[in-house]
Order: sequence, then C-alpha cells, then structure tokens
Amino acid sequence: MGDVQSATAVAPSSGLARTILEDAAVEVNLCYQCGKCAAGCPVAYAMDYAPAQLIHAARLGLDDLVLNSKTIWLCAACETCTTRCPQEVDIAKVMDAAKILAVKRGIKPSIGAVRSFHQAALASIRRFGRMWEPGMLVSLKLRTGDYAKDMDLGLRMLRKRKLKLFPALKGSRRARRIFARVAKMEKEASEPS
Amino acid sequence: MKYAYYPGCSLHSTGSEFDLSLRAICPQLGIELEEIRGWICCGSTPAHAVSGLLALALPVANLSLVEEMEMDEMVVPCASCFRRLKSGHQETMTDPGLREKVNRVVDRPYEGTVEIRHPLEVLCERSMLGRVAETATVDLSHLKVACYYGCLLTRPPKIMQFDRHEYPMSMDTVLRAAGITTVDWDFKTMCCGAAFSLTETDIVYKLTGDILDEAQAVGANAIAVACPLCHANLDTRQREIEERREKEYGLPIFYFTQLMALAMGIPATELGLAKHLVETDELIGSRTEPQTRSVASVTH
Repeated sequence: MGDVQSATAVAPSSGLARTILEDAAVEVNLCYQCGKCAAGCPVAYAMDYAPAQLIHAARLGLDDLVLNSKTIWLCAACETCTTRCPQEVDIAKVMDAAKILAVKRGIKPSIGAVRSFHQAALASIRRFGRMWEPGMLVSLKLRTGDYAKDMDLGLRMLRKRKLKLFPALKGSRRARRIFARVAKMEKEASEPS
Repeated sequence: MKYAYYPGCSLHSTGSEFDLSLRAICPQLGIELEEIRGWICCGSTPAHAVSGLLALALPVANLSLVEEMEMDEMVVPCASCFRRLKSGHQETMTDPGLREKVNRVVDRPYEGTVEIRHPLEVLCERSMLGRVAETATVDLSHLKVACYYGCLLTRPPKIMQFDRHEYPMSMDTVLRAAGITTVDWDFKTMCCGAAFSLTETDIVYKLTGDILDEAQAVGANAIAVACPLCHANLDTRQREIEERREKEYGLPIFYFTQLMALAMGIPATELGLAKHLVETDELIGSRTEPQTRSVASVTH
C-alpha cells in the first residue's frame, strides 16, 4: 500500500459516483452526511429517500435504489440543498443527473407525470422556439391520460385571458437547429467509439 | 440607460402583467428596454432535467443574440430565466471544454461579454432609488406587502451573486423607496412548489399554502413577487388552497413592478390586474382619485 496520494486512493469510488462525476461534474464522495440538505428540503416529506440518503446511496453504488427512487423525480430544483451544502456538493444537479441516467438506462420513471411534463414542455419549445402553454397542456394530458385535472382552473384562466391562444413562431427554426445538434452530439457521445 | 430585454415565455403569456408593468415603469425611470429579436425559450426546468447540454445551449443562444445586437447589458425579469441565463454564462465561461461544446451547438459562438441583470438589481442602484422615490407620488400606505423572492433569484448564490441568499432585501428596498410598507417575514425564499403545479399539485398546495399562511400570520394584505411561476401558484391556486385548508386568505398577488406602477400613478387598467384570479379591486381598484403623498416623508 504505502503512500496515500489522494482521497480516491483510500475511498474507492462506486461506478454510479463516477458516472455522476463524468456526466454532471459533481463529486458525491465529498459528502460527509451532515444532513443539511435533507433538513432544508421543502419536498423531503414526500420523498422515499431524503436527499442525504440518496447521495449516500450514490456513493455506495446502489444504482437500483437511486434510479428507481421517487426522490429524483420529486426534487423541485429549488436549490436550497445545493446552496447550503458545506462540502459544495451540487445535490440538485445530482438529482438531474440521476433522472437523465435513469431514462438512458430505460428505467421507468417512478413519477411518470413529471417526466411527461418535461417531454411535453420540451416538445413545445422545440416546435415553436418558445413555450406555448395551451399546446403543452394538451400534450401533457395526452401523455398522462388525466384529462379532468385542472379543467376548472384552465377555464378560469381562459376567461381571464391569461392563456395565449396562438403560439409565437419567432425563433422556432433556431430552436430546432439547437435541439437537432444537441441530439446528434449526445448520440455520438453515447456510441462506443 | 438602455438594456437588451429578455422577457421569456411566461412574460409573453400567463405572466404578461409582469411585462406590461415593467414596460410601464421604465420610461419614468429613464430606462430603455430593447427586446432581443428572435429570442427563444431558456429551457427552464424541463431542459436541465433532460439534458445538461441543452440546458446550457438554450440560454447561451440568447446571450449570443445580445452580442449580435452589440449590447453588453441585458435585463431578465423572470426568476427562472435569470437563473438559467446566469448559469449559461458562468458555466460556459469557467469551463473551456464545455464552452467549446456549447458553441458548436448554437448558431453563433458566445464570446462571454454580456452582463445579465435582474430589474431589481438595476432599481436598487442608489441613483435609481432616488428616482423611484421622486416618481412614486400616489399614497399606498394602506398596503402591507410581504415580498416573496422565491428560489431562483438568489439560489445558488455561487451562480446568481444577487442579494443575500437567505434573507434578500432588494424588493423590500425598492418598494419602500416607492412609499410602500413591506413586512419582515421568514418565507421570503421558501419554495412554492414551482413546476409541480401541473403534475404533483398536492406539493404545491402544501408549499404555497404554507407561504400564504405565513403571509397572513404576519399581517400582510398583499404579496409581491418577481417570478411568473410563483405568481401562478400563489394566485391561481389560492382558491383551491382556501378550500382545502378551510380558511380565507384573499391575498392579492402582485408583481413588484405592478405595485411600483400604481405608486407612480399609472392607471390600474394598464397593468393587467384584471388577469389575476385573486381580485385586487378591493385593495387598490376602488381608489379612483390618486392621492398624492409627500415625497419628503419617505426620503431618509
């Protein structure tokens, strides 16, 4: 054994921790389990694992637990955890990295509606360049199948003219080009060279 | 002073009152806004949850449009856009590898010359606060406003570098300069549940409900916001929360710019107040005769 050159020499990193480091540039091994992230998380009450537990599971390489958790889909991205972490672990970014990894590995999202919202929103941005809420809402309902939800609120908003009836198309071509180039680059990166 | 202006999607749709009222107060303060031609969505929450590269490329594409306009300062009122644009700038400027990747994705490489500012930052400049006090001539002293900043104006502080992240004061400072009383309270930067409004609505009922509870408990009769999503949750979900908690809030939710405009005597009809689901008439609409206030009484 002999000399210890770095923290990684004494604490071997799990495969999942390494993937998170490569994909999102966040080193979960810096976590010393103070629990500040869990204490400040406004959504921890609804999660199956508190943020500190999820980070620990990532360190241990418990891929199944992390990627099937509700926690990663219930993160509201308020960034209270990231802000308060004394070790500067970007916990909110870990939640994103885990969502992206789960989708990449074909794992069914534990909270399907959240994933559907992301897809519906991005489809709207890709098509129109800007988010067009009524179109996005229809697309979300088609994905979730929950047609009755918020109908009353939608009608109240329509009456108040809060919803924009037609999409803007300025910048739609610019957005499409960006989406296409990102997709191409991500495809190239995931293919074994 | 002239700024490139990025309204973002919400200010062109559900949050158009924010856009209207910001545009209404700017000329009075000598601020000129030039909307960025052909801007696109910043990607907001959905982009960063789906692709790290896309989440940077969308804001950076807009920053490079500002460079194309040969301008170097932009204002961004929406808290989420502000967060994403700041991130786009900072992450690409501090990581050359990432910058190279992002610049291959956008139409025009970003040089990194744009300063991204929130209207509150601009308004908090000393000379500007003086102008706010001078132009705010309508007496709104009956208002007791809880300033709600939400998550992303200040978080994460490493990227946002805006105000004090646990207890910001910029909105309070600006409204106080306009002669409006703001209250001291603990929920300034608590999360409202954000984009879960459409999917995990129970979370929004809880988090937004707690914010409304607290505002009521400290005796506020209105809440001021700087984020269209915070506005949507606090305003459009308020009735449902009242039903669930069996209590009445009746708390109008204003964009801070609407309150400033009212203080400046800009007619309420020009500020999109009719779009709010929680009525604002009782608190401000009945005052047809603008009552002037003594400017001297608020300059400290």
